[in-house]
Amino acid sequence: MDIALFNRRSDHAWEIVPRGAMRVPAVIYASEPLIRAMDQKVYEQAVNVASLPGIVNASYAMPDAHWGYGFPIGGVAAFDPDAGGVVSAGGVGFDISCGVRCLHTGLTRPDILAVQEQLADKLFHRIPAGIGSTGLIRLDAQEMEAMLDGGAQWAVHAGWGVAEDLEHIEERGRMPHAQPGNVSQHAKNRQRDEMGTLGSGNHYLEVQEVTAVYDATIAAAFGLDVGDIVVMIHCGSRGLGHQIGTEFLKEMVVSAADHGIHLPDRELACAPIDSDVGQRYLGAMRAAINCALANRQILTHLVREVFADLLPKAHLPLLYDVSHNTCKLEEHRIDGEVRRLYVHRKGATRAFGPGHPDIPESLRPFGQPVLIGGSMSAGSYVLAGTAESAALAFSSACHGAGRAMSRHQATRTWKGRQLVDELAARGILIRSPSMRGVAEEAPDAYKDVSAVVDAADAAGLARKVARTKPLICVKG
Amino acid sequence: MEVANPDVPRWEHFAHDADMGVRGVGSTLAEAFEQGALAMTALITDLAAVAARDRVTIECSAPDQELLFAEWLNNIVYEMAVRHMIFGRFVVTLDGTQLGADIWGEHIDVQRHHPAVEVKGATYTALRVAQEASHWVAQTVVDI
Repeated sequence: MDIALFNRRSDHAWEIVPRGAMRVPAVIYASEPLIRAMDQKVYEQAVNVASLPGIVNASYAMPDAHWGYGFPIGGVAAFDPDAGGVVSAGGVGFDISCGVRCLHTGLTRPDILAVQEQLADKLFHRIPAGIGSTGLIRLDAQEMEAMLDGGAQWAVHAGWGVAEDLEHIEERGRMPHAQPGNVSQHAKNRQRDEMGTLGSGNHYLEVQEVTAVYDATIAAAFGLDVGDIVVMIHCGSRGLGHQIGTEFLKEMVVSAADHGIHLPDRELACAPIDSDVGQRYLGAMRAAINCALANRQILTHLVREVFADLLPKAHLPLLYDVSHNTCKLEEHRIDGEVRRLYVHRKGATRAFGPGHPDIPESLRPFGQPVLIGGSMSAGSYVLAGTAESAALAFSSACHGAGRAMSRHQATRTWKGRQLVDELAARGILIRSPSMRGVAEEAPDAYKDVSAVVDAADAAGLARKVARTKPLICVKG
Repeated sequence: MEVANPDVPRWEHFAHDADMGVRGVGSTLAEAFEQGALAMTALITDLAAVAARDRVTIECSAPDQELLFAEWLNNIVYEMAVRHMIFGRFVVTLDGTQLGADIWGEHIDVQRHHPAVEVKGATYTALRVAQEASHWVAQTVVDI
């Protein structure tokens, strides 16, 4: 993008001054090279979001922002229900509550190297991944309702994990005020045999080694040290969330005019928070958040079983679980006054600062863990929420690297088998049912995650704590 | 006199940052919809690998032609998901913005189909249904 389009608020904050239909400014957080490389569509979409009714402060975009659906991916926007604010299905996305969780293992690199091939094979065998795969559980109608209401709490109660896990999940594992009755039968049908599945696309399960620590104090509090092995799981609410997103996107597009909402782009489809469709969506979307939390909880249990089998000394407590496609009711201080706002994060991670009551007590003084997924070779990052992020972007940070290249271009550039062999030579074992899927997810098809994370850190959105690199990657 | 376009019917993909666009081109609107569905299957697997063995019927409607195209693709996504099938043959009948279709496919076989991606849903991004000269175009981006 042309940086002349922006008013530079600071080294890493680029403001689009309100014009036309914009009710508030748009602010993109990025380094100069990142903003220059960013898709022009991010500018257009951030501007469009700034025009929606009831938006508070500004429409924000994170350093990994790219062209999304209505909202940019990497977009954050908060709406005030008392000011005609809206809720947007596109502002949450199709994969509701897609997110990342990180498990400790108590192991170090040599433990994994001794069994790396076996561990990769066993994880790939045990974790249902890719299209056509089915989970181990079939939920009847009653259990489906209980799962949609209870989230990871339901999963733990059903034997998929331990109670200690719950404290380390956003909303303590259960999104309140879910309305399973608002979830269509079609959405439930899509989920019938998809509980405990990874999905495909950019979803993965990785065994990673901590390769760098940037903040020794916070890393120690998070239980991370160089050489430690962790497991990261990236997936979402599976078919149920996709179907809810699809159905409400259509309903909100069709009903927008009835609510007096002019949509500059149909993907911005939204409805007043206090409307019937807005309330039904919130209830269904919260149920989908619970579905995602339950799904990652079940996958966690499967991972623990594999480790127990192969590496009995391993112990896999949960560091944290974040969701990066959500709309949540949160309290934020605006001009000295606490207001309850519906914060949309589409491809953005909640990043509460130190002391926030929603952070587990043991981690509270250090800020919320923020888990950033990278590519198959670049690795991932653990960050911590900062106090200043509250004023910058409603306590939000980036969520990943963002694609640098389309899937189309990636498949023309790389062959999956060759990539798998090259990565194996570098000590990274890939397991996937589809070599074309691997090519589409080629490491170089993604932007440099380090540049994104450095920008988030420099902007003050979150503080860099540790970096990890994969040793095993199971791709859907 | 109109010259028959040798490139019609056809399907193609177009690039989107994180996802993929599907485009169907046909001499009729129904044919463009059928080609768009083939483009979506081709995102997942090699079309030649899909046997048109079992038939599923789809009926749907929408307020306009563009939303109908997204609705059509979303109905296929739903049938793929709940039946664990992949479809390679599509016959569409349109009556205004009412769509009826017979679609043929088979149970997904990971060993044979090597499915590359799972389509989560059809979006309204770059959604366009239009008549151009002698042919129809139907396109949108699908989330994967």
